[in-house]
Amino acid sequence: MLAVDVEKRLGDFSIAARFETAAGVTALFGPSGAGKTTLVNMIAGLVTPDRGRITLANTVLFDSEKRINVPAHRRRIGYVFQEGRLFPHLKVAANLDYGRRMTGLAPDPAERQRIVDLLDIGQLGDRRPGKLSGGERQRVAIGRALLMRPRLLLLDEPLASLDAARKREILPYLERLRDEAAVPMVYVSHQAGELRRIATSVVRLDGGRVAAVGGKELLERADVDLM
Amino acid sequence: MLDLTPDEWIAIRLSLRIAIVATAVALPFGIAVGWLLARKDFWGKGLLDGVIHLPLVLPPVVTGYLLLISFGRRGAIGSFLYDHFGIVFSFRWTGAALACGIMGFPLLVRPIRLAIEAIDRRLEDAAATLGADRARVFLTVTLPLALPGLIAGFVLCFAKALGEFGATITFVSNIPGETQTISAAIYTFTQIPGGDAAAGRLVLVAIVISLVALVLSEWLARRAGMRFHGE
Repeated sequence: MLAVDVEKRLGDFSIAARFETAAGVTALFGPSGAGKTTLVNMIAGLVTPDRGRITLANTVLFDSEKRINVPAHRRRIGYVFQEGRLFPHLKVAANLDYGRRMTGLAPDPAERQRIVDLLDIGQLGDRRPGKLSGGERQRVAIGRALLMRPRLLLLDEPLASLDAARKREILPYLERLRDEAAVPMVYVSHQAGELRRIATSVVRLDGGRVAAVGGKELLERADVDLM
Repeated sequence: MLDLTPDEWIAIRLSLRIAIVATAVALPFGIAVGWLLARKDFWGKGLLDGVIHLPLVLPPVVTGYLLLISFGRRGAIGSFLYDHFGIVFSFRWTGAALACGIMGFPLLVRPIRLAIEAIDRRLEDAAATLGADRARVFLTVTLPLALPGLIAGFVLCFAKALGEFGATITFVSNIPGETQTISAAIYTFTQIPGGDAAAGRLVLVAIVISLVALVLSEWLARRAGMRFHGE
């Protein structure tokens, strides 16, 4: 599916990571400062690696040797950010349709309805992001990323800015997403608890290096959430 | 109440036309320069910033004189424009618009620059992941989010253009019907015996136009700001 082999220096810190993901939800798990977000930004095309190669299915997204670097807007990779990053000047409906409009996809009302129902955001269309609760905002952000028909969905600590009650509100939606949507996901978190519910495989990151690759047993050993 | 003579009406209409054209033409340049100063680091950035702000600190007569020797019919730029495009600035209302646009430009650029600097660039990253190329990110995210700054800059530039006197009169003189704006007309009336009544009427008109522009901009900026807060 997704194959990553990249290096990047950022001052004193360096990332040198190599892993592959299968379908389902791959957890990128590790403590803060392990380089998880930078790694995901490299997959999305927002950060350019110094060296390496990133491929998704059969397409090369980045290859330093062949000087290939597909720009972010042509990667078709959905990205759900920790803070949502909804466009404050657009209503929820326009936020949801933004990716479809920018990628030039024809409207697909049935698919849109399916995703809106899945995330339970149908009643929010006329509101602006400033008037949404944290949980609603993240659900809209997930919907916005899904509606551009991504080949891969990146979620970077999508629950980190929410309180415990809001987390419990969102997690079932993410599980439904995993079970219903055919899109593979890379899910970044330092919370073993939420990953235990959502992940199908785990890549454990530490100090910019891949420390372990495997299944959910990697989370069981981390019996307390990493801080 | 205000019994304006035809000549006074001509000056008012001319002032409005000059101010609107000057501001409208300056706006795209103002956006481009504001964006450059907010986002790019390049050699000579400080110089560009300084040159743009020069009209704000130079005596307006100096700016007008510089325009006269560069954009006049015998000036380097003026003769080029006349020979190749038939465009004449000297002693025309277009020259007045040029002078007003340059005098208002620093006031236009500054709020735009600040507004663009204040934009959360992570929103632009988000737009890129959603398939927007750089031009569309600019048009659909950057520009709408900078709208309150655009409005503020537009109004400041318009107000400056409406009241500009020194550079305009130096560059294009004070020709009724062609380059005599409200300010120039008021000045002329105060120089002739019995002109006080006419000057007073134009002073009132200038106050009314400025107040309307201010109130309108305040209202527009508030509406634009409200949209971001979801009300």
